[in-house]
Amino acid sequence: MIEVENLTVRYGGVTSLDGMSLVFEKGTCGLIGPNGAGKTTFFNVLSGFVRPASGTVRAFGTDLLKLTHFRRARWGVRRTFQTEQAIEELSIYDNVAMVASPLRGAARRADVLAAIEYVGMDVSPLTRVGTLGAGQRRLVEVARAVAGKPRLVLLDEPAAGLPEEETVHLSTVIRGIPDYTGALTILVDHDMSLVSAVCETTAVLDFGKLIATGPTAAVLRDEHVMRAYLGTAEVL
Amino acid sequence: MAGVDTKGHAAETVAGQRFALLRRPERPVHLSVTVALVIFALFGLPPLMSGYYTGYASLVAIYSIVTLGLGLLVGRVGLYSLGQGAVLQIGAWTGARLLFATAQPFPIVIIEAGVVTMLIGIVIGLPAIRLSGLYLALITLMMAGAFTVILATVNFPNGGGGFTGYNGQQSTIPPIRRPSIAGTDVAYYRYAVVVAVLMFLLVYAHLRMRPGRAWAAIRQSEPAALAAGINTTFYKLWAWALASFITGVAGGVLAGQAHYLYSINFTTQDSIILLAVALMGGVYNLWGAVIAALLMQFLPAVLQNLGVSYAWLTILFGVGVLQVLTTAPAGIADQFPKDMKKLGGLIWRLVRRPGAARRTSAAGAPTGGTT
Repeated sequence: MIEVENLTVRYGGVTSLDGMSLVFEKGTCGLIGPNGAGKTTFFNVLSGFVRPASGTVRAFGTDLLKLTHFRRARWGVRRTFQTEQAIEELSIYDNVAMVASPLRGAARRADVLAAIEYVGMDVSPLTRVGTLGAGQRRLVEVARAVAGKPRLVLLDEPAAGLPEEETVHLSTVIRGIPDYTGALTILVDHDMSLVSAVCETTAVLDFGKLIATGPTAAVLRDEHVMRAYLGTAEVL
Repeated sequence: MAGVDTKGHAAETVAGQRFALLRRPERPVHLSVTVALVIFALFGLPPLMSGYYTGYASLVAIYSIVTLGLGLLVGRVGLYSLGQGAVLQIGAWTGARLLFATAQPFPIVIIEAGVVTMLIGIVIGLPAIRLSGLYLALITLMMAGAFTVILATVNFPNGGGGFTGYNGQQSTIPPIRRPSIAGTDVAYYRYAVVVAVLMFLLVYAHLRMRPGRAWAAIRQSEPAALAAGINTTFYKLWAWALASFITGVAGGVLAGQAHYLYSINFTTQDSIILLAVALMGGVYNLWGAVIAALLMQFLPAVLQNLGVSYAWLTILFGVGVLQVLTTAPAGIADQFPKDMKKLGGLIWRLVRRPGAARRTSAAGAPTGGTT
């Protein structure tokens, strides 16, 4: 469970998050909103790359803002990036094994291999990531996010630029993350069909403010949400 | 599509490869080739070399450790240091001072030289590694300049007393001692090769384990490394400390090699040349360090022997770096085997079927049987 209260982030004169408050209980939760609504900024705050001007973030009782970025990852925050960040020169195994983990030795290696298997990679874990295609690299990133006993998994547009059938596979993988890891998963994506297929709960951001939250189907029908998206491409 | 019906197969492969995962070779140069080359360097090479070349071969072994450290920083972590010459000086100074001041065994002294250099490196590195790219290069270059100035005043130890160990005169000075088992030039050359091999193994072990993984992640994407829980500052400092340590050890060996050290022989320019040859040799490959050392120490010796001024090398290195950065960023260590393979393939086809090489390359599909 994550509780966000009154979160404000400013970049110079631009207010990116404007007193945002939000509660996600469990499972896979969606966070949507037009470009520039503050979704990635929110992830950057959670993972420690951006320091908010004010507000609090509590995740499973821990005050996340007190931890520096890499300690937050060790606590259990995992994230993927809008532009995929798999490390090309390392193997799939090493890409996943680099993540912080409370496990040691054989248990840790087994956990890494299980994560690779979980995301459904059909190539040897020794394959260099540089030789993989875009969809597979996304899966490597997701595998890294689910390894090492995460508590909070943040997925930033994981399906961006992927062809239809890879998106379908990815949606199965994402939907299963809470069951596989026990972590609360937050998905940011512009692909509404992916969000509605994967998320039970969805929140909508617009201009750094939360304008709606609730069961995904209800939220997507909400009048304010429709209006916020008006003029942008994808509305269900 | 990934992992739809191949799960069982994948799991099987995974189980089979679990062992192999931990002993994955870094580079495709076969272990036996490496071992053969080391044995050749130790036993095959000395009888072939005159005294002149033996001295330079020792320097190649010593400088390969320096370029190894620099390659580690540049190639693996992305930290550009223009101060490695100064780091070597610190190691050489410390080694020389301890060799005069104490009767400790030589290996202990060079390890101590490495440790002292590492500690000084950490003190400098702690603020410096927060910078990167051009700024780090500038800071380290200025540091190198500062150390050159300091050493010009303090001088290298030459048997005197006190902290500096400088006796104030140039006429009758005792040589810096060598280990008892390696008194002669040839024996000392072998000693230097053994030390170099040990340092390469130390770095190789790092690359194969968690630090190597962390360094690769930091170099490609620092945000990804942080998001995975890697303390990037710590691992950068680790690389910095490791490079300082092995360079300090190299400095200790250099002290014994030279017998007499003069501050005039160490210039700030060396630090710049070091980065140039490291880039030319190739910073992504451990062999690159050996090639870099050959370029820096052996090539001048050859040129000098031929009566050509080695000042030409500065120009050659300039052109070389330009060439490498534009056409073969992974350096000679990466390019040379590829070129040799191409050449070998060409010769092989020529030998097997005279005149076929041109035809096959024109046709694009080598097939046998028809003439």
